[in-house]
Amino acid sequence: MTGLGPKIAAARAVGTVARVAGRGGGTSLPGKVLMRLEPHAIRDLARRLPQGSIAISATNGKTTSAAMVAAVLERRGTRLVHNRAGANMAGGIASTLLGAARGSGIAGELGLFEIDEFWLGQLTDELEPQALLLGNLFRDQLDRYGELETIADRWAEIVAARGERTQLVLNADDPLIADLGRTQPRVTYFGVEDDTMAMPEMQHASDSKHCRRCGHAYAYDAVYMGHLGRYRCPNCGQRRPQPDVVAEHVELLGTRGARFQLRVTGGPQAGTATVELPLPGLYNVYNALGAAALCLALGVPLAEVVAGLEHVAAAFGRAETIDLGDRSLSILLIKNPAGANEVLRTVALESGEIDLLAVLNDNIADGRDVSWVWDADFEILAGRVRRVTCAGTRAAELALRLKYAGVDAARIAVVPDLRAALDVARDDGDGTLYAMPTYTALLALRDLLSSRGLAPEYWR
Amino acid sequence: MAETLRVCALYPDLMNIYADRGNLLLLQRRCAWRGIGFELTASGLGEPLDGDGADLFYIGGGQDRDQRLCAFDLAEVKREGLHAAAERGAAVLAVCGGYQLLGRSYELGDETLPGVGLVDLHTVRSDAPRLIGNIAIEVNLGERAGGVRVLAGFENHGGRTHLGPAAQPLGRVLKGHGNNGEDGFEGIRQRNVIGTYMHGPLLPKNAWLADWLIATALGRDAPLPPLDDAFEAAAHVEARRAAGA
Repeated sequence: MTGLGPKIAAARAVGTVARVAGRGGGTSLPGKVLMRLEPHAIRDLARRLPQGSIAISATNGKTTSAAMVAAVLERRGTRLVHNRAGANMAGGIASTLLGAARGSGIAGELGLFEIDEFWLGQLTDELEPQALLLGNLFRDQLDRYGELETIADRWAEIVAARGERTQLVLNADDPLIADLGRTQPRVTYFGVEDDTMAMPEMQHASDSKHCRRCGHAYAYDAVYMGHLGRYRCPNCGQRRPQPDVVAEHVELLGTRGARFQLRVTGGPQAGTATVELPLPGLYNVYNALGAAALCLALGVPLAEVVAGLEHVAAAFGRAETIDLGDRSLSILLIKNPAGANEVLRTVALESGEIDLLAVLNDNIADGRDVSWVWDADFEILAGRVRRVTCAGTRAAELALRLKYAGVDAARIAVVPDLRAALDVARDDGDGTLYAMPTYTALLALRDLLSSRGLAPEYWR
Repeated sequence: MAETLRVCALYPDLMNIYADRGNLLLLQRRCAWRGIGFELTASGLGEPLDGDGADLFYIGGGQDRDQRLCAFDLAEVKREGLHAAAERGAAVLAVCGGYQLLGRSYELGDETLPGVGLVDLHTVRSDAPRLIGNIAIEVNLGERAGGVRVLAGFENHGGRTHLGPAAQPLGRVLKGHGNNGEDGFEGIRQRNVIGTYMHGPLLPKNAWLADWLIATALGRDAPLPPLDDAFEAAAHVEARRAAGA
């Protein structure tokens, strides 16, 4: 490890210059510079953490699951090194570790890292996590990630390479994820068991409908979201593993939150508790379940897990509410069909007609290919929209999608410029305005609200 | 007008990776708004195809594993029906993975998938980077389609498609890669059969092509009555701008 000190200093200097130049916080640039100087900087710095690291990956819910784990562990006094801002590729994780490095030590006990699906292999090699939470795999940004099956195959290799050394925490309800644990020695499964949450039919954008083992179509006893549910293969007999950590008696409380019974079977932490989750939608129940299962696997008592979950704050742009003065703005990131469907289902839980600001960008971080909006079930909004303002680089495409979903064209406005669109949307109506931005649109919205003095302190 | 457009989607559960339902939705709504009936059927694995059962046959894109299943099914179970349909003038639209199966074969390194042999093309999987990005092409489907027009969309394919000497491409690439990234052509057209790498999906960004397909499938000589296409036109402009054309 000789010579890491000067390299850290050099990389930090780059970060300072970038900030002075107005590049903003949360940049992955210093980390990238550090990796250039020392390719194994992540490994070297992560090894300084006395309790090691835990890692989280999924298509949807990484940032929120990690925020939930942080809420639980920090209440117990664990000092975390956590890529909280969501920079989840090598550069971002190196930057986070770099920021925590102190001399030959590190300011933290445990690393908590959300990791981009594509970078999972490389980063688990470096971080050597003691526990790994894998939440779900959905169709996402095909232009960047490629096919779902390819990612699942790669993840199977990653998990096999970790073997005994990593405790796996897997979603039993996602057949692509559950299958990763079949032959692994240390696995905890989590899942939902509540027939009232089942959908009448499978959503259009469901991805993994065919058995990973034999290719036959799965039979579902219940579909909860996308391809998540209680499934079995009628051909080869492969079925959903029995989960150790279960959510039952789920109640969805509009966009305010959710309530469920958390049941832990077996082991010293066995028991049940009611969780009042301050985040909405079944998708956040899944995020909470994964976070709970991970914390329980780390030995956190059930009561402390529940207390942490009940105090979690919305992660950036994930069901976060901003006070605009005369009305409130509730921001719900949309980025792929499965995630958008859950946001749409959750917003539709609200009574009455809905005011929307929908923002579709096609920058690289959003995916250049916007075809996914035709896979998302915007039909849920038909007959429910009072006014929708469409913005972003592909505003008209989104307006068109809404029109063909059955939203009355007279209720749809196209205002590509985000600043103008926010004004138009805010000035027309009262009550809550729901914003559904894609990723770079979310960042732009944050900057816009910050410039107007409306953003919460931690954004700055 | 008691007319009905009968559409048959091939393998809708397997070949739908790039929001292919957007294409079907355009056909459905644009018929409904004009008082034309719309009937959608599906033909899955193992089901023979009735060539007289629909006016328009649609096949979308799929993941490698699913495309492989469909390739053998298409060649063995549906070949006769699809050929009969094309011969009597039914419209066929094949996008991306479906397009690759329309021709003679698709070579994937050590394996070769059979094509359904409807048109003269073959495709070879390349080790070079996939051809990904926004694309715009110039096409001429004849006077009824309004002469020379532009199609805009998105392409994402590892295969390189080469047309036979007598085959007609769908169009000329303005921006993007097209069939193989080399010869400047995109897609194929043979009478009422259209194959293309353009998804995005294709028809929402190019409503005029949806209307041409509806009219062609119904055997109409005159163009369909116009609709209020303000959003359609704006989405087309956006897609062209994204492609840089």
